[in-house]
Amino acid sequence: MSGAHVSSHAAHGASHGTLKSYVVGFILSLGLTALSFGAVMTGVLPRDMILPAITLLAVVQLLVQLLCFLHLGTAPEQRNNTVIFLLTALLIVIVVALSLWVMHNANANMMPTQMSIERARAKD
Amino acid sequence: MNISFSPISLAANESSAAVHHEHDDGSKTVLGFWIYLMSDCLIFASLFATFGVLADSVAGGPSGKELFDLPYVAVETLLLLGSSFTFGLAALNVQAGNRDKVIGWLAVTFVLGAAFIAMEVHEFAHLIAEGAGPNRSAFLSAYFTLVGTHGLHVTAGLLWLAVMMHQTLRFGLDDVVQCRLACLSLFWHFLDLVWICVFTFVYLQGGF
Amino acid sequence: MLGKLSLDAIPLHEPIIMGTGVVVVIGGFAVLALITYFRQWGYLWSEWITSVDHKKIGVMYFGLGLVMLLRGFADAIMMRTQQAMAANDAAGYLPPHHYDQIFTAHGVIMIFFVATPFLLGLMNVVVPLQIGARDVAYPFLNSLGFWLSAVGAALVMVSMWVGDFAAVGWVAYPPLSELGYSPTVGVDYYIWSLQVSGIGTTLAGINFIVTILRMRAPSMNVMKMPVFVWTSLITNILIVGIFPVLTATLAMLTVDRYFDMHFFTNELGGNAMMYINLIWIWGHPEVYVLVLPAFGVFSEVIATFSGKPLFGYNSMVYATCSIGVLSFLVWLHHFFTMGSGANVNAFFGIMTTIISIPTGVKLFNWLFTMYRGRIRFHSATLWTIGFMVTFAVGGMSGVLLAVPGADFVLHNSLFLVAHFHNVIIGGTVYGMLAGMNFWFPKVFGFKLNEFWGKVSFWCWLVGYWLAFTPLYILGFKGMTRRMNHYDMPDWQPYLLIALVGAVIIGAGILAILIQLRVSIRDREKNRDLTGDPWNARSLEWSTASPAPFYNFAHIPHITSLEQHWEDKELGRAWRPASRYEDIHMPKNTSAGFVIAVFSFILCFALVWHMWAIAAIGLLGMVGTFIARTYDRNTDYYVPAAEVARIERERHALLAKASYP
Repeated sequence: MSGAHVSSHAAHGASHGTLKSYVVGFILSLGLTALSFGAVMTGVLPRDMILPAITLLAVVQLLVQLLCFLHLGTAPEQRNNTVIFLLTALLIVIVVALSLWVMHNANANMMPTQMSIERARAKD
Repeated sequence: MNISFSPISLAANESSAAVHHEHDDGSKTVLGFWIYLMSDCLIFASLFATFGVLADSVAGGPSGKELFDLPYVAVETLLLLGSSFTFGLAALNVQAGNRDKVIGWLAVTFVLGAAFIAMEVHEFAHLIAEGAGPNRSAFLSAYFTLVGTHGLHVTAGLLWLAVMMHQTLRFGLDDVVQCRLACLSLFWHFLDLVWICVFTFVYLQGGF
Repeated sequence: MLGKLSLDAIPLHEPIIMGTGVVVVIGGFAVLALITYFRQWGYLWSEWITSVDHKKIGVMYFGLGLVMLLRGFADAIMMRTQQAMAANDAAGYLPPHHYDQIFTAHGVIMIFFVATPFLLGLMNVVVPLQIGARDVAYPFLNSLGFWLSAVGAALVMVSMWVGDFAAVGWVAYPPLSELGYSPTVGVDYYIWSLQVSGIGTTLAGINFIVTILRMRAPSMNVMKMPVFVWTSLITNILIVGIFPVLTATLAMLTVDRYFDMHFFTNELGGNAMMYINLIWIWGHPEVYVLVLPAFGVFSEVIATFSGKPLFGYNSMVYATCSIGVLSFLVWLHHFFTMGSGANVNAFFGIMTTIISIPTGVKLFNWLFTMYRGRIRFHSATLWTIGFMVTFAVGGMSGVLLAVPGADFVLHNSLFLVAHFHNVIIGGTVYGMLAGMNFWFPKVFGFKLNEFWGKVSFWCWLVGYWLAFTPLYILGFKGMTRRMNHYDMPDWQPYLLIALVGAVIIGAGILAILIQLRVSIRDREKNRDLTGDPWNARSLEWSTASPAPFYNFAHIPHITSLEQHWEDKELGRAWRPASRYEDIHMPKNTSAGFVIAVFSFILCFALVWHMWAIAAIGLLGMVGTFIARTYDRNTDYYVPAAEVARIERERHALLAKASYP
């Protein structure tokens, strides 16, 4: 089939990791996971801070694993994959955010449990 | 003579890219697989959005707070995260060309992934036995489907791991096997990424 | 073992269905008998069924679309007849439950099994040739995708005689599509047929994206790609972005039906609106998937037959990309009336209005291409002009519907039905037929008969306007869609006119069949000897007609947006090469076909709850795929001598045509 010179290309396709990147990624992920579970299970945070905190921790851990395990980045071999990922992420944000907005409004308007007449008449 | 048809000048202009484009390194396959993974992300996004909409629809039945065992989920998380790390070790050995070490680390990854699935199946069976199955409420339907879809993906990954261990054994670390392992590595890490969202927005969010 | 399946599933009491069944069985046997008599099974197997050649797969896609067009049109004519008859509460001849299946099947078939195969077929044939590639990125997956689509169509067809089909409209809103209100297998046929063909379409999407991004001839940068390739790229990005949403949504409906879950049920917390929300996140970009390839066809056709480069190439590219992005931001306009409130409606209404702008830019570009051109009125040109007029009106009715206030009056009326047929027929159908007439010689080596092509065009044009203008008026008069019968006598004349229009469209379809028959009969007279029958502009016209299986003996070096045209101008087109190389090509494989056959077994068994058989189907699919991955012998080299021989024959034909 292809010559010996091609054999390194397959690895190039997904780009390299190093032992360091995997270890750093693993340790950081462990830490972030512990923080997330801790935030909820120990009750140190005030209730309305929990969701923003675990969301932030999740986003950071996603980034850690994208960089350390999936090797996304601006390196030439990885640029395409990174751009494609960012476009997908944008699409996901649009779909999820707009869906939640739409459905929240639909539920509020069409399935009210306690709605006053004034509220029902409000022009919004 | 028409230089644009001359194979000699073509080869001089473009080394590996041009003439060998169609049967090149595995990068084309990996790109296509990455795009497939993005489409898989969108499946999960749809399921997450639906879970978000239905999270409070417990229909008088049990909610996440009552059902979820966070320490149990923490163990599941460690298993999956660990398996991502061990797959990374396998990938390093692919680069180094150590066939036997690759198979070894793939096997460890398999064991960790299988343990994850075993725990998840046990959890599901327990919930169903308690009357908190997917048909109890919209919230539970969304929970079982979202987490179950992730579990099905992991199971498919286990099958793929097994096949790749065999193919690595039989064919060695040639181009085709390396390309497929690269795809599997993307798949396996991606499943851990989805799990981050699952344990955060399903278990932790539902559990307080 | 046989689940819910029994002989009761055959609708013996339905004369129309059984009559059709008899015709289909006899016709089917006749076809099989003829193939056997002429000993063509070997040919069919090795040249078509196991082919991984993108040109052949494209032909099969297009053929699937044509066959299913006949079924979808039959549904249409039945509906028009029923509505023309059923005035003043006359019952017509189709009872409501049968009528409901017909309009559901009509929509499903036309979108998924006519329009989609047409555009996948054209993209398959044309894109690799236009970018100077020898095949698509994943030839095996290409074959697999086609056969999965064919299985989807087969499931819909089988549902007619074994069980019933969904009677819930082509988007299958719950709770009507849930088990409680649709207890028969119809919705399950719908679900599985769309899931299996959806996988095929998604595979094609990934395939074309990678093909266009990675397999262009060297130095064909993206701003030197033909516009048809740009529209294909954006179309396929849309496909990969939206079909997962369809997959997930149908899967949730499936688990509701199969596992008693409650995503969209009325009971236990389900929210049917979430289905509607998700299905239109898929459904709106889907209509741009349908129309963008048509826009690409028109760009190629109008430039060729005006004898001028396409006007405003850069703005065409930006417009296409804008349409792609914006198409994700408008979906709620499909359910303005469902109570999301004024803020939500205002946002989506404004976004919907904005999306008409890039389409307008394209329309002006086509007009400016024609301006001061030397226009040749080939049938493809007629389709293009017919599109410009027809689609413009359809676009305008869309902008009207984009205003939420207007939509509250017109939602789900015949005005809406007229609007979407206006844009789909005026856009997609005209585009696909233009593309068929334009690229037919490239695939088959001879031109289609122009007379019958023009007959077909005029019948479609007149027929469309007669069939759907009355529906616009009826929409304003208050007639809702999907009505089985009605008691407003002054609606009937309009519906009668609409029936006449439908019959004329039928004549247009018949003309296509006659065109094919006559063209095949006269093929020697209409041979395309040069590969460039229209004096066209882009790269595919530099190859022979039909193109050799490897497309290009040498991958061309690109210096111009219209490489073939420039080569002709500079007198360097069609020069034979001095030497040839071995060419690396993929081997044919039966794996795609076999996996698809197993998928039919799986889906049919799931419909009828035959779990053991379903397991066999699934194992067969997975097992065949894994077995394929062990096949190390999936490609081969065409010897340079063979390439040389084929190219010499080609140049001999060129000499015969005495081309300069």
